[in-house]
Amino acid sequence: MLKSKTFVKKTRSGGVMKIVREHYLRDDIWCGSEFCVECKHDSTVLQKEAVIESDLCSSPHYIIPDTNVVLHQIDILEDPLIKNVIVLQTVLQEIRHRSAPVYKRIKDVIHTAAKHFYTFTNEHHRETFIEREQGESANDRNDRAIRTAAQWYSEHLKKAPDAQDLKIILLTNDKANKQKAEECGLSAYKCEEYIKSLIANPELVDRLALSSDDINEITTGKVLFPEHLPLSRIQAGIKSGSLLQGTFRASRDNYLEATVFIQGDGEDSTEVLIQGLQNLNRAVHQDVVAMELLPREAWASPSSLVLLDEGPKADSENLEEENVVRGRLPDNALLKPTGKVVGIIKRNWRPFCGMLSQSHIKEATRHLFTPADRRIPRIRVETRQAATLAGQRIMVAIDGWPKHSRYPNGHFVKALGNAGDKETETEVLLLEHDVPHQAFSQLVLSFLPKMPWAITEEVIRPVHLYTLCCNAMVRTLSGSFHRLAFSCIWEVNQDAEILHTRFTKSVINSKASLTYAEAQMRIDDSNMNDDITKSLRGLNRLAKILKKKRIEKGALTLSSPEVRFHMDSETHDPVDLQTKELKETNSMVEEFMLLANISVAQKIYDEFSECALLRKHPAPPLSNYDILNKAAKSRDVVVQMDSAKALADSLDRAQIKDFPYFNTLLRILATRCMMQAVYFCSGMDSDFHHYGLASPIYTHFTSPIRRYADIIVHRLLAVAIGADCTDPDLLDKHKRSALCNNLNYRHKMAQYAQRASVALHTQLFFKSRGVLNEEGFILFVRKNAIIVLIPKFGLEGTVFFESKDKITPPLTFNEEGPTLTVQNHTFHLFDRVKVTISLDSSNIQHQKIRMSIIEPVIPGVSVDPPEMEPQTKKARLNP
Amino acid sequence: MAGLELLSDQGYRLDGRKPSELRKVQARMGVFTQADGSAYIEQGNTKALAVVYGPHEVRGSRSKALHDRAVINCQYSMATFSTAERKRRPHGDRKSSEMSLHLKQTFEAAVLTSLYPRSQIDIFVKILQSDGGNYSACVNAATLAVIDAGIPMRDYVCACSAGFVENTAVVDLCHAEESGGGTVMSLALLPRGGQVALVQMDARLHQDHLDALMEAAMTACRSLGQVLDGVVRQHLQEVSVLTAE
Repeated sequence: MLKSKTFVKKTRSGGVMKIVREHYLRDDIWCGSEFCVECKHDSTVLQKEAVIESDLCSSPHYIIPDTNVVLHQIDILEDPLIKNVIVLQTVLQEIRHRSAPVYKRIKDVIHTAAKHFYTFTNEHHRETFIEREQGESANDRNDRAIRTAAQWYSEHLKKAPDAQDLKIILLTNDKANKQKAEECGLSAYKCEEYIKSLIANPELVDRLALSSDDINEITTGKVLFPEHLPLSRIQAGIKSGSLLQGTFRASRDNYLEATVFIQGDGEDSTEVLIQGLQNLNRAVHQDVVAMELLPREAWASPSSLVLLDEGPKADSENLEEENVVRGRLPDNALLKPTGKVVGIIKRNWRPFCGMLSQSHIKEATRHLFTPADRRIPRIRVETRQAATLAGQRIMVAIDGWPKHSRYPNGHFVKALGNAGDKETETEVLLLEHDVPHQAFSQLVLSFLPKMPWAITEEVIRPVHLYTLCCNAMVRTLSGSFHRLAFSCIWEVNQDAEILHTRFTKSVINSKASLTYAEAQMRIDDSNMNDDITKSLRGLNRLAKILKKKRIEKGALTLSSPEVRFHMDSETHDPVDLQTKELKETNSMVEEFMLLANISVAQKIYDEFSECALLRKHPAPPLSNYDILNKAAKSRDVVVQMDSAKALADSLDRAQIKDFPYFNTLLRILATRCMMQAVYFCSGMDSDFHHYGLASPIYTHFTSPIRRYADIIVHRLLAVAIGADCTDPDLLDKHKRSALCNNLNYRHKMAQYAQRASVALHTQLFFKSRGVLNEEGFILFVRKNAIIVLIPKFGLEGTVFFESKDKITPPLTFNEEGPTLTVQNHTFHLFDRVKVTISLDSSNIQHQKIRMSIIEPVIPGVSVDPPEMEPQTKKARLNP
Repeated sequence: MAGLELLSDQGYRLDGRKPSELRKVQARMGVFTQADGSAYIEQGNTKALAVVYGPHEVRGSRSKALHDRAVINCQYSMATFSTAERKRRPHGDRKSSEMSLHLKQTFEAAVLTSLYPRSQIDIFVKILQSDGGNYSACVNAATLAVIDAGIPMRDYVCACSAGFVENTAVVDLCHAEESGGGTVMSLALLPRGGQVALVQMDARLHQDHLDALMEAAMTACRSLGQVLDGVVRQHLQEVSVLTAE
């Protein structure tokens, strides 16, 4: 049967267009129930034993949720308890339109066979399709379509044998819809009502998202925030230029401050400062917001204060104070535009990890939740399990933030485990940084070859070349084994000039397996003169030439302290901590790795100019170097930033007598000035330059670790040398570009997770070690604190000069230095200080390393060096 | 949300068809009496009218005449009211001259032109309403019109479009599907012998997918051929009843 669908649409230029589409109605869409004998379906999804024990409905039943229920209560639907749900096409389409993340989640649920979710294509079914009536709104029509489908189901299944008890339950939170459904003789319940009736799982109730009616109960009636503008006015405002659109980024250090990042055309993007609770107006980190600029008189500079939300004091009393914009400086040069949030364009809420701060009243069910990420505000949740959840890491999702509530409202999603456990904390780290860490599915694993596995048919032709040794070393694995590899073979002359490059799939047979340290020992030991050692020396000589050439071209050697843990073999707790030491062999492997990457990049770019996966490192804008400049000037050293070469040279020259670590510190600072290197698709970009390596083209082909980018590059290279055939996705530059964006995102998040993990293990280390006294250098100077780097551990920490329980000593901050004067002592950048390090576990969620100053001695500020425990001393003597 | 979901997980397209299903086809032959042959076809919301004159003497310059076969002259045009936005379409713009050329090539392959040396056959097609698959509607309408004119052909020429969405070949694309960004292939087939009269593809498609796409398009062309055959037979029945009186 044919129906045509007609609707009018507004075009981009503002005209009105009538669009006519065909709409076919079918009679071969089946109901998907095991009961049904009438439908000719091949497989059924909905079970006969569709029993979820409930007070409301003891017989088997299928659930039909309406759009709002799916949209808001997706956490419930994802629970394994909820099975046999019919998701209507109408609902699915509406969700697709309204929320991409929920759409993805409901689709995942539908694809999980054990959940028995069935998608019924009701819009194309002859008997369930309805036309919109005159004067009926689109929402009303959809509600009616849902009711019609529910009614069809109950009548259809009545005809099936043994299905007399079967019921169809419509879940809706809309009162009018529920009433109309009941008039048609359907069983309709509110979502809360149904979930509360479930006998098996009372804790599901906690996961219910609060609907708007419930929120009203909580309010005190006092309006704390200005109303958000409706979307239509926001759009008009953005068009006319009176409002700006940008991504909201809360400050990590100060909960009353945030920036809105406004993406302009091309390079032209700006950041606007937002200060004070009212101006922040309920925006949460990462939301896309509309904002209004404040007049120039109100512009301010970001305060260098560190402020934490100290939680539930009397809600409104401190509000006055919180709305006062702090830290305004009269200095015009540093003023930044400020603004206020007037509306939210898109919320970017996800479930947040954190802990419950229990209410002081024992029986209370409403509690505040403190997220692990400091940029996220506290969330008010309702739960009956507060006692069990105390001390555990839990996940909570935000439901909404009404204008009369100091905190957003949310609901409990799941518990992760006890806070402070290494496993739980690692889980939190991975979740918070969006690092997928599920085990590989059976399907994926099935593609792997069966073990034990050996190379069988290949004719192994021995190739004796130096380069293979390099290969063997990179993979520090067992020797005398045939291994499949992808090799890049160069013929070079004495001056390390490449005469010929060859790429090939290969079988390598390692002569020896050496760790970096072993290889280094062989090179250094003049008594060893076997073939392997000789070849190592030859490689090392070449590597040194290569490195020299690279540095002449302006490659940067920057430094960032890397930390390595010595793990206890039994408990896997860190027992010692030190910065990684780099050997000559590390640099040797690195040189050949870089050479291989550059050669491969050139090859795949020559072959696939549109879709090669490359990596670039943009040159940083000069303004990024401000901090480095100031730091160098404070020690009367000149650093030139005109080009990579000038920077590299001036960094090399920057030496101070009696201060050998100065150069490293300067390089650490220079690293902080750099841009992030990114993957990109050659067809989508024109600037390929890699600033740090001073190479015109670069990619990731090999490295001691495996990356997904390598695999893609391998595939491209395999096609380029005719060892493999292409597939469509490989050559699609848009897909390639999307992949690059994802790689960049994952890479960034993985780096954050790595940093956080190092911090976690550092804490575990200091927990077991007690208090330590160490020497360090000042890396940054802030308004009320200094940041100290401890070279021995590669550890950075903040020494605060303000605290709640002590009187703040007189502080003078000088922006130009930057210097900070505490009482009589002035702290400069790179000053040597002595600090005591301990673990501050007063806040179990944010355990942190606390540093206090011992030297220089400032009365009232510095602390006395604490007594070392003898056991700690012993451990320190034998690292 | 960006874009439309062209193919749902349940395997239904935007308008409720399965990937291999055609739109509803309705056709009539002999719609005009003055022309030698004429036909009207509806493929879903795409509607086309074809008129055939000839074979007749070569009009215009004599030099165009071929001594061993007939010249086929095709003209394609779109009505100003054929799309959602009313737009004046002058004759001889690039798009329609290209389409005219394609039609000419298609029918040179199908019509037994060697039977009419030194003569000319005119085929005029007009799109009255456009909803994707203009070329195929034109070919199908013109086939019927040529048959109506009584000009011998090797076989019906049936044309159909096909595209590739989420690794599935979908046939007879509507406008929304055509503008969805994927590759669109138009294929004209002589179904009985399986000869391809014309294949046309604008965007890039990976080689691995080509066979699947061709196969889908050819199957669709064959089923269209059956529909056209039915139309011709029914028309003949009607006409013979009229003439028998």
